[in-house]
Amino acid sequence: MAAKVRIPTVLRPVMGGDASISVEGATIGEVLDRLTAAHPNVKSQLLNDDGTLHRFLNVYVNDDDVRYLGGVNAPVANGDEITLLPAVAGGAL
Amino acid sequence: MTRYASVLDLIGETPIVDVSTLSPKKNVTILAKLEGRNPAGSVKDRIALSLIEAAERDGILIVGNPDQILIEPSSGNTGIALAMVCRLRGYHLKVVLPANVSPERRQLLLAWGAEIIDSPGSEGSNGAVRLAQKLSGEHPEWVFLYQYANPANPLAHYTTTGPEILKDVPEITHFIAGLGTSGTLMGVGRYLKEQKPDVQLWAIEPPSGEMVDGLRSLNDGYVPPIFTDNRGAELLDRRVVVRLRESIVWTRRLTETGLFAGLSSGAIMAGAVKCANTIPDNVKATIVTIVCDDGWKYLSTGAWSDDIDDVVERSKKIIYF
Repeated sequence: MAAKVRIPTVLRPVMGGDASISVEGATIGEVLDRLTAAHPNVKSQLLNDDGTLHRFLNVYVNDDDVRYLGGVNAPVANGDEITLLPAVAGGAL
Repeated sequence: MTRYASVLDLIGETPIVDVSTLSPKKNVTILAKLEGRNPAGSVKDRIALSLIEAAERDGILIVGNPDQILIEPSSGNTGIALAMVCRLRGYHLKVVLPANVSPERRQLLLAWGAEIIDSPGSEGSNGAVRLAQKLSGEHPEWVFLYQYANPANPLAHYTTTGPEILKDVPEITHFIAGLGTSGTLMGVGRYLKEQKPDVQLWAIEPPSGEMVDGLRSLNDGYVPPIFTDNRGAELLDRRVVVRLRESIVWTRRLTETGLFAGLSSGAIMAGAVKCANTIPDNVKATIVTIVCDDGWKYLSTGAWSDDIDDVVERSKKIIYF
């Protein structure tokens, strides 16, 4: 059960430089736990102390925001693509 | 009525057109509200007028007083709409604009007499917001309407866009719009949920090119105060991200319906198609989407004529959303 996690440019320098990393896990929480165990220096940017998602981090499973799919409990299937995106202002819309 | 006393009276009451020929499902109707019909060319005309009128009601701006200066961060449409309203009211507008917005936007701002202050292109909209906040702190005499936090922004949609949609489409089941300041979604969304609680609200996260690269860390992220103040996370039912390529593909597909729309409208249309695909075959649904602006401001992208790979690459460097 591996998912492909797309790493935002801003985090690549501190996460080994790869654009994507393959991570095992059945839920978003498990995937992020494994990711932050391997890269403890980014944990505070991804998760709050209570394990919930950082407010400036948006996580998508196959382009769908996981906050509406159960948050850290959102299920992850083999081959899913997970995107981490920082919150940005947008504005033209 | 087709005779008006002022251009400002042309804002709102925009038409809605059926674009279901692009729907992937026979049981799902897709309707597009054409905000490009507003006089300064986008949905932002509604909030520009609302922000200025609220400031005038509060005595922050006084019509006819000389030397009144406003400052506002914008990646385009809000600045353009404010420039038009300020021109009519006699206010001087300074727009903090990422240096890498399309040339058409700069020219439109200048056409209506706005002054442009460049913010670093690599920092995108977040950088423009930061610089406007800094300059406004240094110049407390300037009026900072701050579209990302001003309740007059969602209020414009709560009092106009939302009621117009429900009047024209009482059978609406889904409303889909882009997430920038979140004003459209919060204002229309609140109105629709109050009137018809079953309506589903979908937010489309615009594709992010270089603007995301400008962040030094995720802690530089930004959630508009309007989104937090309106409990946006609970109000929305679904939030999806749309990629640059599919935004351009659907901007092109919209021309099959006769619509020449801006790139963010293509992104929202791509989201509407995703939404339609989630609806079971035996359920009838009516999706209302927003065409934020027309295609004119985006011609320099080559979005309709050039090789799509080239357009995608170009779009990563320039802010079109």
